[in-house]
Amino acid sequence: MNSFSANALTCIRNDVVLFSGLGFRLDGGDILQIQGPNGSGKTSLLRILCGLALPDAGSVLWNEKNIQDHRQDYFKEMSYIGHVNGIKMELTALENLTIAGALSGTNNGFTPLETLAKMGLAEYENTPARKLSSGQRRRLALARLLVTDTRLWILDEPLTSLDDYGRQLMRDMISAQAAGNGITVLATHDPVDIQQHKITMINL
Amino acid sequence: MAANSTGAVFLAVLRRDLLIGLRHRSELFNPLVFFFIVVTMFVLALGPYENTLRQVAPAVIWVAALLASTLSLDMMFHSDLDDGSLEQFLLSPHPLIIIVIAKIMAHWLLTAAPLIVAALFLGQMVYLPQTALMPLLLTLLLGTPVLSLVGAVLAALTVGLRGSGILLTLLILPLYIPVLIFSVATVDNAVKGLAFTGELYFLGAMLALAATLAPFATASSLRVRFG
Repeated sequence: MNSFSANALTCIRNDVVLFSGLGFRLDGGDILQIQGPNGSGKTSLLRILCGLALPDAGSVLWNEKNIQDHRQDYFKEMSYIGHVNGIKMELTALENLTIAGALSGTNNGFTPLETLAKMGLAEYENTPARKLSSGQRRRLALARLLVTDTRLWILDEPLTSLDDYGRQLMRDMISAQAAGNGITVLATHDPVDIQQHKITMINL
Repeated sequence: MAANSTGAVFLAVLRRDLLIGLRHRSELFNPLVFFFIVVTMFVLALGPYENTLRQVAPAVIWVAALLASTLSLDMMFHSDLDDGSLEQFLLSPHPLIIIVIAKIMAHWLLTAAPLIVAALFLGQMVYLPQTALMPLLLTLLLGTPVLSLVGAVLAALTVGLRGSGILLTLLILPLYIPVLIFSVATVDNAVKGLAFTGELYFLGAMLALAATLAPFATASSLRVRFG
């Protein structure tokens, strides 16, 4: 069973303490939602949790090991989708997903083409990302979660610019992740609305 | 659940950057056009005097190639930072250095390789003797990868800074001077019919040094700056 915990995290940006003494512990199957007004440090917290930024104090542990000391092991198990999509406008949807799959440590057996179909992008595999709508680009970014087999998802505003169908798709994906004993941490203003699983909340 | 091999990551990133480069025709041709224009302007300004042109030919071609290759340096990590791809590189379980080497190689193939081909034709325009053509080719083959490698370190250090373009140019030109000196000396000696292997060995040593150290420095710079 995997565990993900944060101990006494403190983050200071531009001499303002965004949060201090923040801690939580999640086990397989848990969902954590981070809420808070704009500028409250949601993205800063997520960037600390995924290892892109260092906390001013405190530590983040994956399976009781500090992520900064075991980066490679941690990155194999973790997917981060930031608020920028991380897709290349010049490349087609399929090419974008192929490179994402290659960069990840593992793959879960689905080809990028099958994954695109699951995300409702089946006819767009040869369309340059530039020509996709912003909702479709978001779906393409989120499709990265499905080409890999990571146990921890860290999602920054995953529902932004998604339509109702896309939001439902995202909820189903998070449900399936929790059902498979994965852990999801997401920052969003909207209610997540997943009945089957308990959602822990942190208000910044 | 299967693990992706490091070699597959290298090829995937190389292919990705080459595809992006080839779909950005204007950026691909910019250095090439710049190179042609600079050399042509020199020829027009100096006049059609074979002896004058032959004397300055190595310097003109190398300075033009060097400036042309700095043009595209700024873009090496810039778009990756803007669209979040750089974050994904940093969060990949694969060694960042493999990704960096693939990106540097793609940059060289897209910007320097066309310059080398063009230089062979421009050599005729500046009356470079046939005997000096091979040495010119060798200096470009050994020298331009050094430009891409050293450039990558500074591109990684300055990416995302305000005014990074001018900062990068100011920082990079002094570092390019050894390559320039030894390359021009090689071709100069060849034009005069002297031995030039010594200078070529120096260029080879610079390439070996840059190839072994620059990818580490580039990867570390990116880590230091972005996590």
